[in-house]
Amino acid sequence: MPEKKMYNLYVNDEEASVVARPSDTLLHVLRDQLGLTGAKPGCENGDCDACTVLVDGKPIKSCLMLAIEAEGKHVKTIEGLKNTRIQKAFVENWAIQCGYCTPGFIMNGFALLNQHSNPDSETINDWLSGNLCRCMGYAEIKAAIKSVMTSDHADKSS
Amino acid sequence: MESIGRSVIRKDAVAKVTGAAKYTADLKTVGSLYAKLVTSPYGHARILSIDTSAAEKVNGVHKILTGKDTNILTGEEIKDRPILATDRVRYHGEPVAVVIADTLAIAKQAANLVNVSYSPLPVIRSPKEAYQQGVPLVHEHLGDYEKIAEVFPKPGTNICNHTKIRKGSMEIGWAKSTVVVETEVSFPPSDHCAMETRSVSAEILPNGQVIIHSSSQVPFTIKKMLSSIFGLNQGKITVHTPLVGGAYGGKSAIQLEFIAYLASSAIGGQKVQLINSREEDFITSPVHLGLDAKVKLGCDAEGYLQAAEITLLFDGGAYSDKAVDMSRAAATDCTGPYQVENLWCDSFCMYTNHPYATSFRGFGHPESTFAVERAIERLAEKLGMDPIEFRWKNAIRPGQTTPTQVILNESRIGNVRRCIERVRELINWEEGRRIEITPERIRAKGVSCFWKNSNIDTNAGSGAILKFNEDGTVHLNCGVIEIGTGSRTVLAQIAAQKLGIDVDQIYVEMDIDTSSTPEHYKTVASRGLWMAGRAVLAAAEDAIGQLLNVAAQVFRVSLDDLDIGKGFVFLKDNPARKLALKELVYGYVYPNGNAIGSQVIGRGSYTLRGMTFLDPKTGKGVPGPDWTVGAQAVEVEWNKRDYTYKILRAVTVIDAGTIINPKLAQGQVKGAMHMGLSFASREGFIFGPNEVVETTQFRTYKVLRYGENPDYTVDFVVTPSRETAYGLRGIGEHALIGMPAALANSLSTAAEVHLNRLPLTPELIWRMKTGGVR
Repeated sequence: MPEKKMYNLYVNDEEASVVARPSDTLLHVLRDQLGLTGAKPGCENGDCDACTVLVDGKPIKSCLMLAIEAEGKHVKTIEGLKNTRIQKAFVENWAIQCGYCTPGFIMNGFALLNQHSNPDSETINDWLSGNLCRCMGYAEIKAAIKSVMTSDHADKSS
Repeated sequence: MESIGRSVIRKDAVAKVTGAAKYTADLKTVGSLYAKLVTSPYGHARILSIDTSAAEKVNGVHKILTGKDTNILTGEEIKDRPILATDRVRYHGEPVAVVIADTLAIAKQAANLVNVSYSPLPVIRSPKEAYQQGVPLVHEHLGDYEKIAEVFPKPGTNICNHTKIRKGSMEIGWAKSTVVVETEVSFPPSDHCAMETRSVSAEILPNGQVIIHSSSQVPFTIKKMLSSIFGLNQGKITVHTPLVGGAYGGKSAIQLEFIAYLASSAIGGQKVQLINSREEDFITSPVHLGLDAKVKLGCDAEGYLQAAEITLLFDGGAYSDKAVDMSRAAATDCTGPYQVENLWCDSFCMYTNHPYATSFRGFGHPESTFAVERAIERLAEKLGMDPIEFRWKNAIRPGQTTPTQVILNESRIGNVRRCIERVRELINWEEGRRIEITPERIRAKGVSCFWKNSNIDTNAGSGAILKFNEDGTVHLNCGVIEIGTGSRTVLAQIAAQKLGIDVDQIYVEMDIDTSSTPEHYKTVASRGLWMAGRAVLAAAEDAIGQLLNVAAQVFRVSLDDLDIGKGFVFLKDNPARKLALKELVYGYVYPNGNAIGSQVIGRGSYTLRGMTFLDPKTGKGVPGPDWTVGAQAVEVEWNKRDYTYKILRAVTVIDAGTIINPKLAQGQVKGAMHMGLSFASREGFIFGPNEVVETTQFRTYKVLRYGENPDYTVDFVVTPSRETAYGLRGIGEHALIGMPAALANSLSTAAEVHLNRLPLTPELIWRMKTGGVR
């Protein structure tokens, strides 16, 4: 087994020291070392986006990024979102069933709305077609995303 | 204050949007070891040798178990499955060995070094092939296996269950039939694809207590199975199930739990975690069964069904698990919700060299419905009758009998005809069902009906406890697993309604602990609210009795003089004389300090009544308490030039009885429609040589993605059940059932070709239309 190494990550605006092998993925370091289990392993292959986190504001499949690649970068997980409008919208639009895909959808949706305040349907499809959900028909998720489009979704006062 | 009929926000919502929600694999603890499976690379092969020496040398490996260490057969109905394969593997992905190590990385590294040598054997590639005479047997010792009395395997064949339905007279039926059609359908096994892969951990404490954590629909069954297989006292086993990340029937099988228990046991009881990779979850753990079926239907000149002869050959895969029950369940409802006086059905569950199957949403019904509804479509076509009109005419009604000869009443069957009428309106049937928008683009519609009863154990039941806090708030404790349906929120609504308090006053934890949670049989078969609803009502009545008893003493009146509501117990004739619940829930204290009564703990339980086993010769019997029925339609736009299509709209009208939580009910219906359309349009394993599954990742096994979904329309017909809490009906599975048939009917209409196979890919339509020649 390759040697473990200690390095620093910035996760949810706090500095965190982790000890990991060079081949450990960001997903597993977040979950196993920092207890941030909101990012979910669904395929660990980049096919389902349940593990989506933001790295320097961009949505990243944390199962495909090595933790060491995130050194010095700002990582935001679902635990770092507090009272955002998109979270509220998922609750109010019934866009949750088993909840396993929910953090990935919210992180991707949050990043989408940061980059495009009023995306058209094609742009939303482009961004969210990577996220798999098996419980719902996506209609509720679409309604949740659309409901925050016109407002400032990052507004923490909600 | 009304809780029934209100879209109460689900109680797990905030946890699920903040990352606070915990699932089994999230519950990591320091000191836990990790297990990794070594699995079969063949569909069928003899194991010549297993060499673990190189793997054992890896630093951090604690133990490697093989079939020799675990020579036990398991299975809920037929004990035919070894925990780890011994002399031979029967499907691609079958567990052969398990490595236990300090970390998952070490366990994986060592698993790769376990050297198994195999000699491939001939494979059984379909249930049809399995049924042929003289083919290799998947289980030569079928006759020696332990089994329950209600399955009927045939030793010396690949049949692991045979259900017979015999009703009326086929001679009379065919004599009355002026129009007859025969249809064959076929589709391969597929998968549930819950986003959370199956995960377990096992630990054995120094006092012998076994602690299991499992992402499961059946924690109480895990307890019983561990007890019976390993000879443990049930009191020594505690199974924890936190939130489950999707299940759809796939988490009703018990597999990894046995392996994890043996792994922990082999290393002195230390905690071992075993988590499926996606690839393992696709094939190592059980799948959704496939089907080869033949349906012969006859009707008279007026379009009334007179005879049906149905042969179902289910692909149960290498081991029987729950597929044997699904094949029986499919037989009990094999006609769909139609009146057929003369009926002959043989339903076989076949062993093949495919991954083994377990329960899948709909439990045999989406599969058999696809077969019978395709035949109905052809029969209506041959007769020259509108297919909706044909279905409406034959829809089963109170007073008529089911395939297993249950006499129906309104409570048991609801209103099929009303559902059909409403679907007809909602899909705008009148505008025509095949419209050429341009010479290339065709818009077409197809319909299907569905029905389903539960087909679970005849004595299945559920329990509930309502425990009051001093301030009048209540904890609801019951064993229905939160697999995504929101059932635990709905049960809180039922409790709130009965207790006359606001649903916000009722707290529901989401995790199950089999040692302290009242048992709910299994979270399957759309029986969560059905059975637990009754248990919760009984618990609420018990609590109310306790509250009134204390209040009667305080007011010096009889129980009959009192009522409960809005958070108070009050005198019926003078509601101003009242006591708040919080003055009663821990007993009442008089001004001088004397106390009467004590903490109110309501308890209730319920067991299904009047269910029977089926007569092995005729199938006569009561398979469940009632049917949930409905009608569905799909509208597609098909492109004549490249054979691609877009699903535009899907409609479901379901007789759901009383709706307790409209938004949650709609969510269940839409979700089931979605799963049915995904299955029917693109899912199904592709097998290579030696029945190796070639599609074990989401990049090769395609499911419906965001943006590919149609518009969903859901409407409810309300025929309240007379047996359930507030008249509700089970709805978790049903809206999946008719989707494959409705999609096939719409595409068959569009392309003017009979599409009787799944998945309904553009390539399939092209092949059927052109014979596969350019």
